[in-house]
Amino acid sequence: MAMPFDKELDVRGAKCPVPVVKARQAVNELQVGQVLRVLATDPGSVNDFKGWAQVAKIVELVAQETETMDGQTVYVHYVKRIG
Amino acid sequence: MQTSEPSPQIAVSADDALAEQVKMLEGRIARLEAQMQQVREELPDNRVSIIVFSGDLDKVLPAFIIATGAAAMGMEVSLFFTFWGLNVLKKRRDLAGKGFLEKLFALMTPVGTEGLGVSKMNFFGIGAKMLRALMKSKQVASLEELVQMAKEMGVRIVACQMSMDVLGITKDELWDNIEVGGVASFLADATKSKITLFL
Repeated sequence: MAMPFDKELDVRGAKCPVPVVKARQAVNELQVGQVLRVLATDPGSVNDFKGWAQVAKIVELVAQETETMDGQTVYVHYVKRIG
Repeated sequence: MQTSEPSPQIAVSADDALAEQVKMLEGRIARLEAQMQQVREELPDNRVSIIVFSGDLDKVLPAFIIATGAAAMGMEVSLFFTFWGLNVLKKRRDLAGKGFLEKLFALMTPVGTEGLGVSKMNFFGIGAKMLRALMKSKQVASLEELVQMAKEMGVRIVACQMSMDVLGITKDELWDNIEVGGVASFLADATKSKITLFL
């Protein structure tokens, strides 16, 4: 399922807390309403992005998907800047 | 007999009663607003305050993981470094001007993040090297990378003045652009924090 997005962040290989930290830095560069697509391989990132969206007032978690890329399980997070 | 309109006398007093009631309600609203303001001021900020007492790699790591994670989640973060934790903040070791015991302490404690040992199985630093090697092989961010991120994200870093005095550590030996404070500066942030930790 391809979703539209404005910017992509590839944090494949990175472990906690790097995916969320880098995503936050990338979201800072977005305009309100734009969507960031994050590629992560850390399974913990699925819950981490949910928690982030719950606490942070500036982001909304639009969707999360699991895909296989280059034989690797990749967790794809779509985060929208809302504030 | 005439069914007259209400006498002017009564009309005036009804208006007066209404005005009185409006005045009373206005007073109540003002009091409630003042109370709301007070409650708002007493609510914690979206802040995490952590005391970093340990100078062990395996304890300083979670401090910085929580700090960077919280900053990423949009929270304000304060890290208070005291006692062994001050070793984390050292950029160099100055012996000049130190007393005998202060010199001994300075020589026996690590300088900066790279010199930190682990709290168990350190074996003169081999344990710390093993942990770092494991973290690297599993692509976990190193303590130095986490520190860099924390600085970039505006984490407040405060060194405890009293421990610095006890151990003879000067501000010149510590990272640039950090604050120095006492228990009150920790408590000021802690009382406004949703999360406080001691590591």
